[in-house]
Amino acid sequence: MSVRDLPEVAGPAAGARPRRGAGLALGAAGAVALVASLAVAITIGPADIRVGDVWSVVAAHLGLGSSDLTPIRDGIVWQLRLPRTLLAAVCGAGLAVCGAVLQSLLRNPLADPFVLGVSSGASTGAVLVVVLGVGGGAVSVSAGAFAGALVSFALVLLLSHTLGGTTDLVVLAGVAAMQLFSALTSFVVMTAADAETTRGVLFWLLGSLGGAGWTDVWLCLAALAVALVVCLSYGRTLDAFAFGQDAAAALGVSVARTRLVLLCVTALLTAALVSSAGAIGFVGLVLPHATRALTGPGHVRLLPVTALAGAVFLVWVDTLARTVLDPQEVPVGVVTSLIGVPAFVAVLYRTRRAR
Amino acid sequence: MTDASLVRTGLRADRVSRRTDGRLILDGVVLAPETGSTVGVLGPNGSGKSTLLRLLAGLLTPTAGVVTLDGTPLGDLPRRTVARRLAVVEQQSDTQVELTVADVVRLGRVPHRRAWNPASADDERAVRAALERTGLADRAGRRWHTLSGGERQRVQIARALAQEPRELLLDEPTNHLDIHHQLDLLALVTELPVTAVVALHDLNLAAMYCDQVVVLSGGRVVAAGAPGEVLTEGLIAEVYGVRAAVSREGSEGRPHVRFLGTLG
Repeated sequence: MSVRDLPEVAGPAAGARPRRGAGLALGAAGAVALVASLAVAITIGPADIRVGDVWSVVAAHLGLGSSDLTPIRDGIVWQLRLPRTLLAAVCGAGLAVCGAVLQSLLRNPLADPFVLGVSSGASTGAVLVVVLGVGGGAVSVSAGAFAGALVSFALVLLLSHTLGGTTDLVVLAGVAAMQLFSALTSFVVMTAADAETTRGVLFWLLGSLGGAGWTDVWLCLAALAVALVVCLSYGRTLDAFAFGQDAAAALGVSVARTRLVLLCVTALLTAALVSSAGAIGFVGLVLPHATRALTGPGHVRLLPVTALAGAVFLVWVDTLARTVLDPQEVPVGVVTSLIGVPAFVAVLYRTRRAR
Repeated sequence: MTDASLVRTGLRADRVSRRTDGRLILDGVVLAPETGSTVGVLGPNGSGKSTLLRLLAGLLTPTAGVVTLDGTPLGDLPRRTVARRLAVVEQQSDTQVELTVADVVRLGRVPHRRAWNPASADDERAVRAALERTGLADRAGRRWHTLSGGERQRVQIARALAQEPRELLLDEPTNHLDIHHQLDLLALVTELPVTAVVALHDLNLAAMYCDQVVVLSGGRVVAAGAPGEVLTEGLIAEVYGVRAAVSREGSEGRPHVRFLGTLG
């Protein structure tokens, strides 16, 4: 090595990357934080419920004992707060994982789960059902939203494929679909909806976990489980995309297949989440960046930790959204951004200074 | 250079052509590097150097002819199998991911690892060996974004070595480097125990470091052989449209090209 190379100009002692033990510790800490957050968040609200009550209600419903709570209080925990809090956790986890995968796959730090036009398609689908009564009452808002999301995603895939299929084109096609479906949604709302319906639609568009039921929880949880397993099995493959598609291909990755599988999996998960809870922004964009600062860039470690972080984050944000203006509810999507933006700026500021 | 039809081992291109949008980019190119040698691919802009390298890497498929690895067409081999034999270093590499030098070199183990399996002792050994071979062992923890262009190319070569290839393909690897790092990089490449195919712009670098050179013009091979035989004033005038004086004052009597001006 030549003399000219010797002076070490680099910043802080690098290699400060958690080893495997540290990764496991991070995962374990996240899991504990999630369980504790779930238990505590459920107790917060107008009805006075303690953590012990939550445990006994859950145990009773799982057939592991009996609870001595009144049926009303039992219902508040089991029918209202528990499914809502669980759905918050599942949505947070799913959106964060989708964001992390898409940012790496598309090599775009601004990518989020909605970059594929899924949320805009979902809102158009929902609006068609709510405002125009498409389906004649037989189709639920969620089903309409899911169908809209799939149509939009199919359009993005078709567009990007016919144009050549590179990752930049996927992002461009996503932007095009987003514009198209937002315009359609606005058009329908402005021409056909009365003020009350408009308010309801707007609330849904901004994201809300208010209507959460057990069906939503199970559907979204199943989608999350499948997506997480698939994405984790592609973890190392995603690492190989760091230097672009050609570099990944030269490392033995089947780029076209990987892209198709991961785009479909993340789009389906996002569609399921958006159909149940609306387009909750920000989580999928920022949580992955914040988590990367902790775990380093390896996806095998990043994806589970970002899922846990997203879950904990959204559980607390939703708790805030339903209590801060009680009895009125703030759309959770508004709160994620109001809290998230300052937090994000703080993270950015710290990581830039550390360079 | 041995006749392509006689070579059964290693990487070889047998009369490969590539047509893109109706335009013939490569036309019947034959390349059969001898095991362990360094072959330079020369030619003006647009002569097909990069396309040839992408065909050799299996990143593009030829429209005619075939690229084989030990006699098997590249297209018949799984991508992972190819990536365990053959590594590629691009002209310039960039990423927005926060990676350390060691992270980048570990990417070279991707084709060797199965999903879900943790890194094996072999993986760690290959990464360490690649870092040492490229003189980067003391900089394993440095961040990619803090490295100079020359250091980045060196890290990419280390990553390529971690793949444990027998063939190494480099597409104009010295393009953005100062002269010190150009010499440094090519000296490293020629010392490696691999068969290297290097696309180069600089004729003098090719003369200094390549055992064989292949000159492309308009997608065809117009000359091939040892640099001393190929790099003549006549060829340089014909292919590049440049007047040059070629002397034998380089080390080991290798040719040295002095450019005098463009031809009318």
